[in-house]
Amino acid sequence: MVNVTASRQGQVSPRQFKKVTEILDRFNGDSTRLIAILQAVQEEYRYLPEPVLSYLATNLGLPRAKVFGVATFYAHFSLAAKGKYIIRICDGTACHVKHSQHLIDLLEKRLSLSEQKPTTDDYLFTMEIVACLGACGLAPVVVINDQVYSQVTPEKLNQVLDQILIEEGQQI
Amino acid sequence: MKSLMEIATKKTAEEAGLGYRVLVCCGTGCIATGALEVYEEFVRLAGDLGNLAQVELAGEDPCMHQGRIKRVGCKGFCQIGPLVTVQPLTTGVKELFYCRVQPGDVAEIFEASIIKGEAVERLLYKHPHTGMPCRNTQEIPFYSKQQRLVLANCGLIDPEDLEEYIAMGGYATARRVITQMTPQEVCHEVLLSGLRGRGGAGFPTGRKWLATLEAKGTIKYLVCNGDEGDPGAFMNRSLMEGDPHLVLEGSIIAAYATGASQGYFYIRAEYPLALARMKKAIQDAKALGLIGGPIFGTKFSFDCEVIEGAGAFVCGEETALLASIEGERGMPRPKPPYPAQAGLFGRPTVVNNVETLGTVRRIFELGVANFLKHGSPKNPGTKTFALTGHVRDNGLIEVPLGTTLREIIYDIGGGIPAGRRFKAVQIGGPSGGCLGMEHLDMPVDFDSLSRAGAMMGSGGIVVMDDSTCMVEMARFFMQFSQNESCGKCVLCREGTKQMLGILQDIINGQAQPGDLDLLAETAQAVKKASLCGLGKSAPNPVLSMLSLFKSEFLAHTERLYCPAGVCAELKTYVIDQETCKGCTLCAQKCPVGAIQGERRMPHRIDVAKCVKCGVCVKACKPMAISVA
Repeated sequence: MVNVTASRQGQVSPRQFKKVTEILDRFNGDSTRLIAILQAVQEEYRYLPEPVLSYLATNLGLPRAKVFGVATFYAHFSLAAKGKYIIRICDGTACHVKHSQHLIDLLEKRLSLSEQKPTTDDYLFTMEIVACLGACGLAPVVVINDQVYSQVTPEKLNQVLDQILIEEGQQI
Repeated sequence: MKSLMEIATKKTAEEAGLGYRVLVCCGTGCIATGALEVYEEFVRLAGDLGNLAQVELAGEDPCMHQGRIKRVGCKGFCQIGPLVTVQPLTTGVKELFYCRVQPGDVAEIFEASIIKGEAVERLLYKHPHTGMPCRNTQEIPFYSKQQRLVLANCGLIDPEDLEEYIAMGGYATARRVITQMTPQEVCHEVLLSGLRGRGGAGFPTGRKWLATLEAKGTIKYLVCNGDEGDPGAFMNRSLMEGDPHLVLEGSIIAAYATGASQGYFYIRAEYPLALARMKKAIQDAKALGLIGGPIFGTKFSFDCEVIEGAGAFVCGEETALLASIEGERGMPRPKPPYPAQAGLFGRPTVVNNVETLGTVRRIFELGVANFLKHGSPKNPGTKTFALTGHVRDNGLIEVPLGTTLREIIYDIGGGIPAGRRFKAVQIGGPSGGCLGMEHLDMPVDFDSLSRAGAMMGSGGIVVMDDSTCMVEMARFFMQFSQNESCGKCVLCREGTKQMLGILQDIINGQAQPGDLDLLAETAQAVKKASLCGLGKSAPNPVLSMLSLFKSEFLAHTERLYCPAGVCAELKTYVIDQETCKGCTLCAQKCPVGAIQGERRMPHRIDVAKCVKCGVCVKACKPMAISVA
């Protein structure tokens, strides 16, 4: 499960490098597998903490700039901690013509989020706008963690958010 | 290693004597609407039925109640999922096709369709024109007008069951090719078939293969491009989810033809199911000795693995994709040298799209002469398309190349939903172009599309009705290209930014005189001077929309008016003089004092002062204020 406290502080204690070392071993420290290694690290921490990136660079014998360059190039990598629930709103063409913008507006308003500030202060939600999840027949699509919601309307999205907040024991 | 024949015979024997088969579509779409729960319910009830047959119905033919519940790949009609096909095999009833099935419906399907051999009418698809229930896919226009060559097994076989694929004739083609033909012969056969790459540009696959085969080097690579980043396209996802072994078999043939000993399947991370199924397919094939070492008793050996993308559209471009496999930033490299000469790790590499490789197996299975009977002479074969947007029936389709847009949208897609009119289609995603009413009867193939300023892309067709603002769509695509531009070459990095800025100004009602000319000029420059395919094709949507919908752009720039009523800044608020009761509420609420009028007399909005905030619309009780 997600360790919200650790990710909130955005810090990694030295003993957590143990996991990174395991990951490096799994890929035999092969620097051409940098992307796969970063993916494995992100799977573990749910984001790429800066100290870990430096640690990776040293161990792979790569310049830090190279590791940071790759980590910042790809959309999947995040250098900032994410919330417990990652809400991905699809804004691919099919979802866009079926008004995914209304869903984005709703989230931004209800959770006080924006492109610059994608995560709520309590680290419960992160909003990501993605270009096409490949489920265009179900447009507009919203994916919350691994659950796919199809033909989503603002009302439906509101209900889903209510449900999550109730489960989290929060007031709606 | 067991022979393919043995496996096929064993599998066929298992299937014989079954009373029924239930195929539950478990593609991404149907899973999202609850297909896995439906599948589990079927399995539970099938278990009950099997036990019941043994206890109570011992006198009857026990087979009748023995069935197989299968999870199958994407059937393409995700919009009405979860989809279930029931094949009662002993009652003489034909196949039944159910849509929007929920776990609660399963018991009824069992009772009616499997035991009594009747249809559950409320779960049948209704014909778009007649409203009559359709019992099976042959009666549904969405399916009956398609020609499924690559997708033939999608939705029929269990994608995670290698034995079933073999029972359907799988890997026999690869075996025949490898044991009976030379690599040169294979390349020439593909050249003769006229197969063109299904990933976008339509480059002849045979020429690519021959170049790789003839390139000097002992180590060569095969890369399968499954980085389907076009928004609005999901053909490759469905194929990898629904029939992963077809792609793998095609890859084995391609590797043999080009001399590649190692293969990489580069699949985008947004497709977790496709990744999982492709990995399983490779693992199973390895376990059976189909790949991994020397293949089919020959000296040729081939191994492959799956590489997960990390979210960059530009990695669909082949040289950027290769950089990404090498663990670099996914930035394109100048060509030449082409990947066929110096690709992955500097070695000769052939990069093929998922669908191309799927088609390859069919070419050798059917024979070139039979393959050429599909499609048109210069564009042979079929093509899968993702038909989405404002069309009645959305989904994954496969048609011969050369089918017209009208047939695709109206015959297969069932036309535009009621109350709206067709306006345009966007084909080929952010690299493709826009086609309008005048293109409806144009055949959809590589050549016709590029003549019309569009592009096949990987095959996303997004239909737009008259509620869509083309300027806003142009901005949408430009935003996408701008976000995804890797930043390596100036024209693409800065040009797309400037174009986006101009389009944003137009939408905000702040267009300057000459902006449209500047937009077109910048677009031409980006198109000419960008390094890779992304930059070269990024202006396509804007250019095609500018030429087709010039008047709509002019309405935005000159009259500050958005005909579709989409652009918020260009909306005008009008008070209906008949309905207005003169309650003054709107005038009191208006933050800028733009509404004037006497009490109990109709009010008016001063357009010059209005900031279009919409407060008055909410305040007006008799709803006299409308937005145009």
